[in-house]
Amino acid sequence: MPTRSRNRYSALSLLKHGLSHHENWQRAWRNPTPKQSYDVVIVGGGGHGLATAYYLAKVHGITNVAVVEKGYLGGGNTGRNTTIIRSNYLWDEAAHLYELSMKLWEGLTQELNFNVMFSQRGVMNLGHTLQDMRDIERRVNANRLNGIDGEVLSTAEIQTKIPLLNCSPDSRYPILGASWQPRGGTARHDAVAWGYARGADALGVDLIQQTEVTGIRRQNGVAVGVETNRGFIGAARIGCVTAGNSGVLAGMAGLRLPLESHPLQALVSEPLKPCLDTVVMSNAVHGYVSQSDKGDLVIGAGIDRYNGYGQRGSLHVVEHTLQAICELFPAFSRVRMNRQWGGIVDTCPDACPIISATSVPGLYFNCGWGTGGFKATPGSGFVFADTLAKGKLHSLAAPFTVDRFHSGALIDEHGAAGVAH
Amino acid sequence: MLQIYCPYCQELREEEEFSPSGEAHIARPRDPESLSDEQWGDYLFFRKNPRGLHREMWHHSAGCRRYFNVERDTVSYVIARSYPIGEDPAGAMVEGHDHE
Ligand SMILES: Cc1cc2nc3c(=O)[nH]c(=O)nc-3n(C[C@H](O)[C@H](O)[C@H](O)COP(=O)(O)OP(=O)(O)OC[C@H]3O[C@@H](n4cnc5c(N)ncnc54)[C@H](O)[C@@H]3O)c2cc1C
Ligand SMILES: [Zn+2]
Repeated sequence: MPTRSRNRYSALSLLKHGLSHHENWQRAWRNPTPKQSYDVVIVGGGGHGLATAYYLAKVHGITNVAVVEKGYLGGGNTGRNTTIIRSNYLWDEAAHLYELSMKLWEGLTQELNFNVMFSQRGVMNLGHTLQDMRDIERRVNANRLNGIDGEVLSTAEIQTKIPLLNCSPDSRYPILGASWQPRGGTARHDAVAWGYARGADALGVDLIQQTEVTGIRRQNGVAVGVETNRGFIGAARIGCVTAGNSGVLAGMAGLRLPLESHPLQALVSEPLKPCLDTVVMSNAVHGYVSQSDKGDLVIGAGIDRYNGYGQRGSLHVVEHTLQAICELFPAFSRVRMNRQWGGIVDTCPDACPIISATSVPGLYFNCGWGTGGFKATPGSGFVFADTLAKGKLHSLAAPFTVDRFHSGALIDEHGAAGVAH
Repeated sequence: MLQIYCPYCQELREEEEFSPSGEAHIARPRDPESLSDEQWGDYLFFRKNPRGLHREMWHHSAGCRRYFNVERDTVSYVIARSYPIGEDPAGAMVEGHDHE
């Protein structure tokens, strides 16, 4: 493996570089010109694409790999999400995939020698109606049968954990209980992209930014490479990991995917003193909030229900979420919001991803993560790398092929994934 | 925030009055029993999702409560036109979407 010599980040290196005023840090990755061809070309330099490249090199020793990104690394949904991580999905197929991811998160900072700030501060999903509570109990029981941590909390237990939450029975959205996954939490999204990028680059992967894939070249029906605005790049295998633009990529190869692209918005407040030490989500009122280490409240809204690629959404969607957040946390009503933005999420009819070979040999897709794929970044990369390396779907990915939309074997996670997160 | 023209009310109104209802011009299969799994899956789950001009249905839910179609660019969000259900100004876009 052509491992490049690389400064390890450590307290000692920090001290050493401090002596030279931090002016001599090595670049985190190279900026190579594309080679004529690679064993594998990954289209899309978000977290999932970069993780795929990293595990291809690390686990499978396949280092003749390029990641082709039209903008900058992590500039898509990876750098736009609200960073909630959990694995408490209802159905076995999804639970196993997200739990693989959770296990990888737990060692990721050490694995990458890059602080991804993974913080297992717990994730709470509120229930506001009897039906919410039934669903929560069912899901927690299913999770525990799958070896995934989960508890059902009473209103009193919730109030002790989150003093600022309005748990009064007179509130507009009375809180009857919640599910609680203590191992859930958040991570720093940029660091995840950067950590995987640096790790992949060190193992020899070429990260090619500012390069847009404009076509997928086929010979005798077999994918042989990608056309880009910088010319043709050959590839024995191509993995498309392009989130909201996956339908566009599929179209380049004459394929269709059951995806629709929607704007999903988030916003952050001005920084506050620590006041919320866990993640609170509510499907019913469509809001979720946590507090970042910088002190800002990170708030996610719902999707705009129209299709869009514009990386911006409508204001009333954000307003609706903020109304709900203020009902839940009356103390936040006077907090000012700093920034708001949108990402383009690729929603799938059953709220589960598509990890799939296609009818074009050599061409694979990993997409459809929609509103909730950040948490899956390590696991998605792991199973997709395995799939690309072996030319055969990893066992955890096998239920997620695009064929399920014709066979009818959908994996309905609308309950567990009902709110954008 | 979009501003949408309702062809029935004949007024430009704020998006909040409307609900988007997905891709327009999807013909319900005439004889569902005769469809293959492939065709049925296509009908249920596969949408065009174009990056560019899109024909979509909107419901004037806080207005006249009628459905109509809109042709809108999914990148710039500029609305080219609204037209009542049943009208089909430039049939070409519709032809391409074959669910039969
Ligand atoms: C506001 C918001 C909040 C969210 N909150 C959460 C959350 O709390 N928890 C959670 O788990 N998930 C969340 N998500 C979802 C999560 O962000 C995504 O599922 C995940 O980040 C997808 O990662 P990705 O690497 O597949 O996609 P992306 O990071 O979007 O990467 C795809 C890349 O492909 C590139 N690309 C596209 N077309 C081309 C082309 N033709 N040529 C070259 N490159 C191309 C893009 O530029 C982009 O960088 C949220 C999403 C949004 C938008
Ligand atoms: Zn009207």
